[in-house]
Amino acid sequence: MKKKNLLQRSIIIGIVTVVGFYIVIGPHGRRPHLSDLTPAGVKANLAQNIHLGLDLKGGSHLVMRVKVEEFFKTLTQANAIAAQDAAKGAGLDVKEARAETAGGNYRVVLQVADPAKSQEIRDAVEKKADLSDRVGWSFSSSGDTLSWTLTGAAQRTLAESATDQAMKIIETRINAVGVTEPTLARHGGQNSHEILLQMPGIQDPEHVKQLLGKQSHLELVHVVSAPAPQSAQTYASEAEATASLNSGGKIPANRRVLAYSERPELAGQDANANTNANAQAQKKWVVIESPAIIDGAELRSATASQSRAGADEYEIDFALKKGGADKFGAWTGANINEYMGVVLENEVRSIAYIKGQIFDQGQITGRFSKQSADDLALTLRSGALPAPIEYQEERTVGPSLGADSIRSGVRASVLGLTLVVLFMLIYYRGSGVNAVIALLLNMVLMMAGLIIFGATLTLPGIAGMILTIGMAVDSNVLIFERIREELRSGKTIPSAIEQGFARAFVTIIDTHVTTIVSSLFLYAFGAGPIRGFAVTLVLGLLVNLFSAVYVSRTIFMWLLSRKGRHVESLSI
Amino acid sequence: MFQLFKDVKIDWLGKRRFFIGISIVLMLAGMGTAFYRHKFHPNGTEAFNLGVDFKGGTVITARFKQAPSPETIRAAIHSAGLSDATIQPVLDKPGEFLIKVPHQGFEASETQENQAGVDAARSKVKKALDSFGPEAEATRSLEEDSKATYKIEGTDAVGQVASKQLRNQAIAVTIAALVGMLLFIAFRFEWTYGAAAVIAVFHTVLVTLGLFSIFQIEINLTVIAALLTLVGFDVNDSIVIFDRIRENRKLYRRMSLYDVTNLSINQTLSRTVITSGLVFLSVVALVILGGETLRPFSLALLMGIIFGTYDTIAVAGPIMVWWEKRIAAANKVPAANVRENNLKSGRGAARGDRARDGVGKPSQAA
Repeated sequence: MKKKNLLQRSIIIGIVTVVGFYIVIGPHGRRPHLSDLTPAGVKANLAQNIHLGLDLKGGSHLVMRVKVEEFFKTLTQANAIAAQDAAKGAGLDVKEARAETAGGNYRVVLQVADPAKSQEIRDAVEKKADLSDRVGWSFSSSGDTLSWTLTGAAQRTLAESATDQAMKIIETRINAVGVTEPTLARHGGQNSHEILLQMPGIQDPEHVKQLLGKQSHLELVHVVSAPAPQSAQTYASEAEATASLNSGGKIPANRRVLAYSERPELAGQDANANTNANAQAQKKWVVIESPAIIDGAELRSATASQSRAGADEYEIDFALKKGGADKFGAWTGANINEYMGVVLENEVRSIAYIKGQIFDQGQITGRFSKQSADDLALTLRSGALPAPIEYQEERTVGPSLGADSIRSGVRASVLGLTLVVLFMLIYYRGSGVNAVIALLLNMVLMMAGLIIFGATLTLPGIAGMILTIGMAVDSNVLIFERIREELRSGKTIPSAIEQGFARAFVTIIDTHVTTIVSSLFLYAFGAGPIRGFAVTLVLGLLVNLFSAVYVSRTIFMWLLSRKGRHVESLSI
Repeated sequence: MFQLFKDVKIDWLGKRRFFIGISIVLMLAGMGTAFYRHKFHPNGTEAFNLGVDFKGGTVITARFKQAPSPETIRAAIHSAGLSDATIQPVLDKPGEFLIKVPHQGFEASETQENQAGVDAARSKVKKALDSFGPEAEATRSLEEDSKATYKIEGTDAVGQVASKQLRNQAIAVTIAALVGMLLFIAFRFEWTYGAAAVIAVFHTVLVTLGLFSIFQIEINLTVIAALLTLVGFDVNDSIVIFDRIRENRKLYRRMSLYDVTNLSINQTLSRTVITSGLVFLSVVALVILGGETLRPFSLALLMGIIFGTYDTIAVAGPIMVWWEKRIAAANKVPAANVRENNLKSGRGAARGDRARDGVGKPSQAA
């Protein structure tokens, strides 16, 4: 009975050990070969099997936030215009339409001329514009004021979908620049609207950052001006442009005042800081109609091309989708000689008058450099981000810095482990061997577990490993000290071992489960690095129950069975 | 058998005033320093030396082929408009510098958009460092690129929003972990045990943070990992002793809780010393060989191991005994009634036993 039990245990341990070792140092996805056993082969397989985190391998880690409040703001403004148009379309008089967007509340407010017609206006607006309870705008009215407020629930759903959409667009852009093996994921809690992007091997993320940060919101708009052949109406300052509207310094919902830079870009990479001063000098202001004739969503393609053969100036040619082309064609046909502007990121990039009906082709001129024209075309193709993004975290680790961290970490761990092993062998002698075997097995199986779950090894993960190894040593110390106590109290060796394991097991379970419970809390409440810590810890502790208790026990059983029933000495 | 401790009979609980005194002094010193720094900013220091993870800002690791003096680097960076930057040579790696730019340094010069987000400090630092010569190409190391004089090896930039989130999260996560432990220990033992263990852990965390304030060691994300690790070690220690107390209370029903606790601490003393000693040795190895990046982490672990071992004996034990005594005293009368009426429902009987033990006079440990 006992013999059979021992055999069974040995087989289980044997299988687990072999499988564990194979997972850690064996080749995955191909047949093993003798060369896998050479030091070089082991090293290569190890490097392939264990995924190192960016802090150890090198690369860039970016956390960005989608500014959903900007998204709500734009949406509210668009809805205010739509509401006004809807009311006017039904022949009802609206004194003023405005979008209130302060303090996290988004509200479309209509000031009506005749309060008696409130219900009529409400019906007209809800029929035409996207404003109703069904889509998350709750209605209220008092006197001559009608208002629709975006509910909290609707805010959450909209923000969620805006973040998802932004993530898709970012993915397209990342793939277009050719970053290898990027990781793109939602980051933080439900309401944080954050996106995590990890790019292994990228050491200078500036270019990628600029590319992703471009909202690339393209609009084709009607510029308020006398028609050609008079030149387009521009103003020297924002105030002057606003004054031209004769609306008491306020800009009505169906107009916008935008900056217009005639020569916005100089050739060269370093467009940001240096050219600001130059652009400032040439900055003018124009008044445009809102909403835009069409926007970037209608874009079918966008490519960068040279403005003139041989020149170092580029422009962007774009083509429109069917629906957009129809709208655009109708508008241009009806507005010959009117001025049209191309607006990019809320700045007018070029103004031209309509010579004849245009359907689906257009250009954005403006002396782009090759790089910026390429980037712009790429971002236009991927679609506009629903809202601007801002960077919250940027961590870049060069490969040599990561390698240094690994080297010093490994060196320290090896020294620490050697000290532990030496002590166990000296203090517990024969049984120390037992502990050392359990400890090494623990490390191998923990690695195997990390590989199976596809977890990445990071610095905090290594901290989790250190705690695990500490607790693995502790388990052995607990068991051995308990066996010694039982021996001192005069028990026979087999029963001392039995009692020692049984008693220590209760303690080991308690300590392990406590730590696992708190790790689950860490996993639930923590992000990135803290989760990595929790995962390695839980994994290591589960493995430890096997290696420190089951395996160690089996070795003792094996020792006893070799010595027979009447053992007189135990090396402990 | 080679044995560390044989039949020790130390009256640990008898020294509780001394131990708790030490703990209070340590906590007061740490918290006092933190408060003083927070209030008066001696030499521009703050309560805690928070790293970019929790304060926001940028840290750039740059390596030079021929190291210029920190003063010349500082001058170059100041002239690039980053006046608050600090330059710190990495001690164990010649030619390597950490350039730290706090948020306030460039906030004013950036646009509204960038203020809350991550900055352009990297490109400014790069521009400043380019005055020493070109940077190595992104795909090549410093040694491979013969024309290069330096290379930016790492950047850590955290915006103010993100750093605040990280800070809140670190606190929330630590508290959540403690609550989880409290619940589980209360479930497995008694809630007084859980409370005592958690108070002891809390004490270790406070003392460690206090030392970080006194010595102005930088607190970053890895320090949080270290604090979580030492929370684990500390509770582990407490549970080993509580477990023994639970076992001994069944064995020695006539012994007072006071004596049982002393006995249990003494019985597990070898284990406590061996385990903590081994972990201590490994952590010392990490402090010495672990390198600059891991230093705050390994120092936090080192302090945590020392105080975690100490407080299991000095704080968790006494608090638990004191608390149980108070409960026992409060329950004495009702418990006695229960026994007189011979209603030996399990819980009432257990309380009654404890009441009798709890008020027993301390005697020599068996």
